Amino acid sequence: MVEQNNIPKAGQSQPGKEQEIKKIMDILETVTDPEIPVLTVADLGIIRDVIVNGDKTEIIITPTYSGCPAMDMITMNIKLALSEHGYRNVIVKPVLSPAWTTEWMSEEGKRKLKAYGIAPPNPRQQVCDEKLFAANEAVQCPHCQSYHTHRVSEFGSTACKALYQCDECKEPFDYFKCH
Amino acid sequence: MSIPNNNATSKISPTGELTGVLLHLADNALILGQRNAEWCGHGPVLEQDIAITNISLDLIGQARNFYQYAAELMGNGNTEDSLAYLRTEREYKNCLLVEQPNGDWAQTMLRQFLFSAYQSLLYSTLANHPDQQLAAIAAKSKKEVTYHLRWSSEWVIRLGDGTGESKQRMLAAIDALWPYTGELFLPAAYELEAGIQVSSFEQAWMENIKSVFDEAGLTIPVNTFMQKGGKQGIHTEHLGYILTELQYMQRAYPDSQW
Repeated sequence: MVEQNNIPKAGQSQPGKEQEIKKIMDILETVTDPEIPVLTVADLGIIRDVIVNGDKTEIIITPTYSGCPAMDMITMNIKLALSEHGYRNVIVKPVLSPAWTTEWMSEEGKRKLKAYGIAPPNPRQQVCDEKLFAANEAVQCPHCQSYHTHRVSEFGSTACKALYQCDECKEPFDYFKCH
Repeated sequence: MSIPNNNATSKISPTGELTGVLLHLADNALILGQRNAEWCGHGPVLEQDIAITNISLDLIGQARNFYQYAAELMGNGNTEDSLAYLRTEREYKNCLLVEQPNGDWAQTMLRQFLFSAYQSLLYSTLANHPDQQLAAIAAKSKKEVTYHLRWSSEWVIRLGDGTGESKQRMLAAIDALWPYTGELFLPAAYELEAGIQVSSFEQAWMENIKSVFDEAGLTIPVNTFMQKGGKQGIHTEHLGYILTELQYMQRAYPDSQW
């Protein structure tokens, strides 16, 4: 598990270019996940680095799950957004290590997820071990705020979500599961 | 998604040629992913249909990562697509277990459990491999396999310790699949060349299987004749049919794209 203070910050490798990188990060703030349109790629924590070298811009991203079908589209949308702001020579490069974790999701991202009706990942990882029939995580219903909920299935509508149901308001909801 | 082909040579492992082992890992994941995907729209209930196809997606994603890296090392115009769609049965290096038919839900669950338990240990080992890209793919995939293993273990217990009917189906699944487990721990030449000792975690695998079987009221068969050959490209009759379906579009319409 990666500690909070180890969250990689884009641009750390390039002192002196903070302003240029901040400008690019602001543009990336407008690129959203096609499957969860309230989250930007920055909220998701998949932007690992931005490297500026003359007119060449390299964006280093990491996939959430190996098979996430949104990654190809995210790559394309990053290039499009930057190209609209005049960045012509953009390379989006995927890296796999260290593996993405939900701990890299921003607090703002978690707030937006909840407002959208998806329960955000719990702040402490509870499910990433191999114990069988583990107790369900206490996940708060994003609709009525009750903790009186149960897991319907560990696998939901996309690779990153599990399916829950609220026992108070009876609404089913997605939970962005810890990973 | 493509990995730029810039510093390929610097990534080749000091322990030897990696292509064979990368194709083996990719083929395992692709063929099991394809098998699981056959359940799409046919699962016993909607949630489990979604679960098995989620696992399919993880596996196909893992396969893509291995194929992309293999293509990068092989050069010569190879791509992830050419490796998946244009190799023949004898060129596929997946183990025999993953190509076995879905059968009923019990057989699919047992196949997933036996294989996930193996894959989990294998990826843990590979996460420490001196080749950084191989280690990165393994560490990433291991997190996904943890979910697959727990889910399939619970199903083996639920069915083995369930009704008379579910137990009988689980017993039949063990009879059908156990002969394909021996091959998992027989090292292929390309594994040894890459410094990977699959036999080193056979005992850990067996203990994991035994603890789940114990809870499910099932026993591990003894003195079973073990099949082998998949890792060397000698397959059961099933793989040809899988590839026929999987490769049809590229064979019928070469270079077609979505």
